[in-house]
Amino acid sequence: MSTPSRKDRLTRDEVAHLAHLSRLAVSEEELDLFAGQLDAVLDAVAQVGKADVADVPPTTHAVPMTNVFREDVARPSLPRDVVLAGAPAAEDGRIRVPRILGEEQ
Amino acid sequence: MSELTSTDAAELGRLLTAGEVTAADVTRAYLDRIAADDGAIGAYLHVDAEAALRTAAQVDAARADGGALGPLAGIPLALKDVVVTEGVPTTSGSKILEGWRPPYDATLAARLKTAGTVLLGKTNMDEFAMGSSTENSAYQVTRNPWDHDRIPGGSSGGSSAAVAGGLAPWAIGTDTGGSIRQPAAVTGLVGHKPTYGSVSRYGLIAFSSSLDQAGPMARTVLDAALLHEAIAGHDPLDSTSIAAPVPVLAESARRGAGGDLAGLRVGVVTELGGDGHTDGYEDGVLARFTETVALLESLGAEVRPVSCPAFDLALPAYYLIAPSEASSNLARFDGVRYGLRAGDDGNRDLDEVMALTREQGFGPEVKRRIILGTYALSSGYYDAYYGQAQKVRTLITRDFTSAWADVDVLVSPTSPTVAWPVGARVDDPIAMYAADLCTLPASLAGIPAISVPCGLSDGLPVGFQVMAPALADDRCYRVAAALEAAQDSARGSRFLDQLPVRSAA
Repeated sequence: MSTPSRKDRLTRDEVAHLAHLSRLAVSEEELDLFAGQLDAVLDAVAQVGKADVADVPPTTHAVPMTNVFREDVARPSLPRDVVLAGAPAAEDGRIRVPRILGEEQ
Repeated sequence: MSELTSTDAAELGRLLTAGEVTAADVTRAYLDRIAADDGAIGAYLHVDAEAALRTAAQVDAARADGGALGPLAGIPLALKDVVVTEGVPTTSGSKILEGWRPPYDATLAARLKTAGTVLLGKTNMDEFAMGSSTENSAYQVTRNPWDHDRIPGGSSGGSSAAVAGGLAPWAIGTDTGGSIRQPAAVTGLVGHKPTYGSVSRYGLIAFSSSLDQAGPMARTVLDAALLHEAIAGHDPLDSTSIAAPVPVLAESARRGAGGDLAGLRVGVVTELGGDGHTDGYEDGVLARFTETVALLESLGAEVRPVSCPAFDLALPAYYLIAPSEASSNLARFDGVRYGLRAGDDGNRDLDEVMALTREQGFGPEVKRRIILGTYALSSGYYDAYYGQAQKVRTLITRDFTSAWADVDVLVSPTSPTVAWPVGARVDDPIAMYAADLCTLPASLAGIPAISVPCGLSDGLPVGFQVMAPALADDRCYRVAAALEAAQDSARGSRFLDQLPVRSAA
């Protein structure tokens, strides 16, 4: 893989798009601040492109990962009232959520 | 000042077992210190004096009844606020979890509870452990006990300040890219990042799952080893947990303190402060490091330089991998099941509420890293950024593997500088990230690494890092204990004993 092209600067619009994908309602001031800061960070991290990694496999984990099984035995869950006590809103023994569909859906 | 709060944890354990002091005495002594000094230091986010005294009384009662108690029973303890504790507020330094009382204990918290330790409180940290100064906490600034105008390191800066400042005998920290070792270094403590997978991550609020590891922060190498042994070992609740016996660490520390390192092969990493790689390193740090390498030789170690070329790319690789994993891990903070929910006025839909909740609940560094991670993982950039960083991670591991053919341990400074002034790097993420230069390679390779004090520069502590192969944590403790013993003997006192004298001057 070649060095990422850094001739394309990270624009304010791209940061806004990424923030939307990340479900962050960032403010205008943050967009201005982050665009500059993240562009500088990207310059720094793009240095990984310098490495010669032909035929080098990626490492996802420091220890070899194998699937882990446990006995298929039911265990008690946390008590419902304990879990609901930590929820921002609860109703009728359930977590209450904002609507998930628009008017026209 | 109470003598109990300057006594090593190992000695406290002996005094408690012998019945010479009670857990209530020790706990009260620490609570008094916290009440007197934590207003200025800001190490704790939460202290529950009544709960601590209640636990202490239970331990004392059990001892009076002749119950079989472990060696740690009655010793107070502080936990970094990233550790989930049943019924005790846990925030990970973030407003998004303000007021949350978890319904369960992290495995390490449960083990320490079973061991009879007394929880003093939860310590401040950079939000979600993202930072190197603890200034990214959403709650408060924590100050370095050596100089209140300076940072205590991070992200486990509340734990480092509490232990160095005499507000806890020891503490648990977590280390993703250096967050145990660097704060330990800049506050004059011993801090150890265990082999990845050797301490359970169950109940640690996840930052970067392939890197996160909890470990001890203590005043002495032996204390760190004792605390490490208490939290280590296989946990079926963590699927990355290694099914290996708990390592024998305290015994390695005791043997190491004998001071004989004859035959030990030590590699000095060129890329971490060596020839041609001194940019960003303070002269005082390099001077203490060189003296300490000479001390290792005088103890019988065979020292040679070792080149690990891929380490030059550890910082860029880390700052792609960790934010990528964080952007995924932090998706769980959606304002639905726990923590903050913002803007739920009955008109907004779930997506809007989620975006407003995360906007209000997360601080700037967390947002930056989520955005960066989202970018690095996005279609079209994945191979060039995240994929490439994972391959660099392989190269770093290979550098370690070839080094182990010739040496038993690798050494470097723990951090390029001493503690810097509060505020100096908050607006410059790149400068903040540079504090992790020396700690990142061991994190990416998942190997154990310890930081042990090696002197002062401009009156501030400098740390010496010892790295070892996976599951050879005992070597870190052996070498660190030998250095500690030799330095203590030359100085005629423990490293931290210099701190109160300095404050009084």
